[in-house]
Amino acid sequence: MNGTMTPEVTRTARGEASLRPIVHRVLEKWSASARRLATGWRGNQRAQTGRGGATQSQGNPWYIACFVLVVFLLSWHFFTLRSTFDQRGLSDEQLQMMEFNGDIVRGADGSYAWNPEKEKVKGIPGPLAVLEKASEELAEAFVKKGTNDHGIAYLVLYTVSRFAGGFLAASVIAIMLGVILGLNKVLFRAANPFIQIMKPISPLAWMPLLLYTVKDPKWTAVLVVFMAAIWPTLATTAFGVSSLRKEYLHVAAIVQLSWFERLFKVILPGAAPTIVNGLRISFGSALVAVVPAEMLLGELGVGYLSWIEWNNLDIAGVIFAILVVGVVGVILDAGFNKLAGFVTYQE
Amino acid sequence: MSFLQIDHVTKFFSNPSGEGQVCIFRDVTIKIEKGEFVTCIGHSGCGKSTLLNIIAGLETPTEGGIILNGREASGPGLDRMVVFQNFALMPWMTVFQNIELAVRSAYPDWSHDEVATHVHKYIALVGLKGAENKRPAALSGGMKQRVGLARAFSIEPKVLLLDEPFAQIDALTRGVIQEELIQMWNNSRNTVFMVTHDVDEAILLSDRILLMTNGPEARIAEMVHVSIARPRSRETIIEHPHYYKIRNHIIHFLVRHAKHGSSDGMGPEVLTNGDPVVVDFEGDSLVAH
Repeated sequence: MNGTMTPEVTRTARGEASLRPIVHRVLEKWSASARRLATGWRGNQRAQTGRGGATQSQGNPWYIACFVLVVFLLSWHFFTLRSTFDQRGLSDEQLQMMEFNGDIVRGADGSYAWNPEKEKVKGIPGPLAVLEKASEELAEAFVKKGTNDHGIAYLVLYTVSRFAGGFLAASVIAIMLGVILGLNKVLFRAANPFIQIMKPISPLAWMPLLLYTVKDPKWTAVLVVFMAAIWPTLATTAFGVSSLRKEYLHVAAIVQLSWFERLFKVILPGAAPTIVNGLRISFGSALVAVVPAEMLLGELGVGYLSWIEWNNLDIAGVIFAILVVGVVGVILDAGFNKLAGFVTYQE
Repeated sequence: MSFLQIDHVTKFFSNPSGEGQVCIFRDVTIKIEKGEFVTCIGHSGCGKSTLLNIIAGLETPTEGGIILNGREASGPGLDRMVVFQNFALMPWMTVFQNIELAVRSAYPDWSHDEVATHVHKYIALVGLKGAENKRPAALSGGMKQRVGLARAFSIEPKVLLLDEPFAQIDALTRGVIQEELIQMWNNSRNTVFMVTHDVDEAILLSDRILLMTNGPEARIAEMVHVSIARPRSRETIIEHPHYYKIRNHIIHFLVRHAKHGSSDGMGPEVLTNGDPVVVDFEGDSLVAH
């Protein structure tokens, strides 16, 4: 049997071999910068803590990050760049046919160019197209054009408030339940199988049932976020409280703290670092859940924006929506980290 | 009736390996007078810390009980404060807050200023002035236990329970803090029950030393009177003629009991009625009664 083809042969047969060296080179450059970025980052952290003596690697991580960004944008630009329309070798009849099809447009001076409207749905748009779309959207950030066409600022507001409502409600309930379970080993063991079953269920799997039950997409979206956020916090709070050092509770018992003081001065602060870890996981999964929930429920928000742009076949709009989701996530995460910094302590 | 009486206390633990129960100690009776400093020495796992926790009310005895000042003391309370081996300071609170937490509970009627003055007084007493706003993570082991002592003394408990308080502190610092403890105790004269491994520490601090046999079914085998006059200091106590006799006696006891269950038929501590043998000086030699 000599008919087996190696993967290389297959690719060559498909005629992609010419692309490979370029892709390879870009990837190589990329990974090298990433490596530099990572070491630069660590070096910077070491310098900040002021311990561990001399830093091993020098360099400003911001420069490296900017370099990576520039490389990325340039390669994005060049990979998505389409050559200008070349009418040489085409007969007038062919040109008229193409103009009739809407592929090309005739300019004022009689020369032809690619139809910009059709270009939008051909291939992946370049960074400039996305930038143009972004500036358009941002200029109308606070404009409400219709019931389903609100400016990007409103969309962000809707998403953030939806997210905040579900996440805060889930966190409060999860922490309360978690403290109860953490303080009572028997209850914890009884409840643990249920938590373990509920935890891995994707919050989106609940959506039809929730929609059927509450019969309101607005509340369904909040409840999906709630479902995404409750289990990790519940599990880690129960764990954090149950693994709180016995001596702390002993001291609380000896000095006769009331249950209220015991909860707010000993149990919650003591378990806070673990609880914050749970909240962080909840936070991430709630943020991941809110986008598809909006898409599927058709609720206005940044997740919905991505879907709407896809329905408009506006790929630049889709990319813009993705970027907005990323920026919103980063801002929320930074706020969360700031809050988390207040409650953690060193053993 | 004694001030603090550990009355026929028996403790069983359920066997971790499966069915049945293990007897940690059986029918332990200790009588401690007001202002006395009593130490319990024994090998690891003999149940001395469990005994201390039972006195503190943090664990319940299977049988028997604790009588403090004529009343049964069940459950933890401000009258029996513990100094823990691993300090048990809340790491999210500053030194001040750690002590304040106890003081505020002990004196609920006090104003904010009164509490603060009291806390500062005890922080100064253990020489931690200037460290009020530090968190335990920023303190050395010795400083942490000074905070633990300040917290314990600050609520002026009837009984102070010291659970191997200096076991995690380096030897040099340990000596310094032991003398600080003597100073504080001289002023307050709380009744103290201490558990330790350290023979020198026990002799330096105690009026009486209880020697515990190995578990399971441990019991108080001997009660050694430390007939060395106070005030004591680490420097002078080793010059005292009784010091090494007491020390050797205790170490002999501990060595004899180092091997598990090897106490049978050896030495005078084996008595049939279960009461501990009283060891004291008659003239110049230690005698067991």
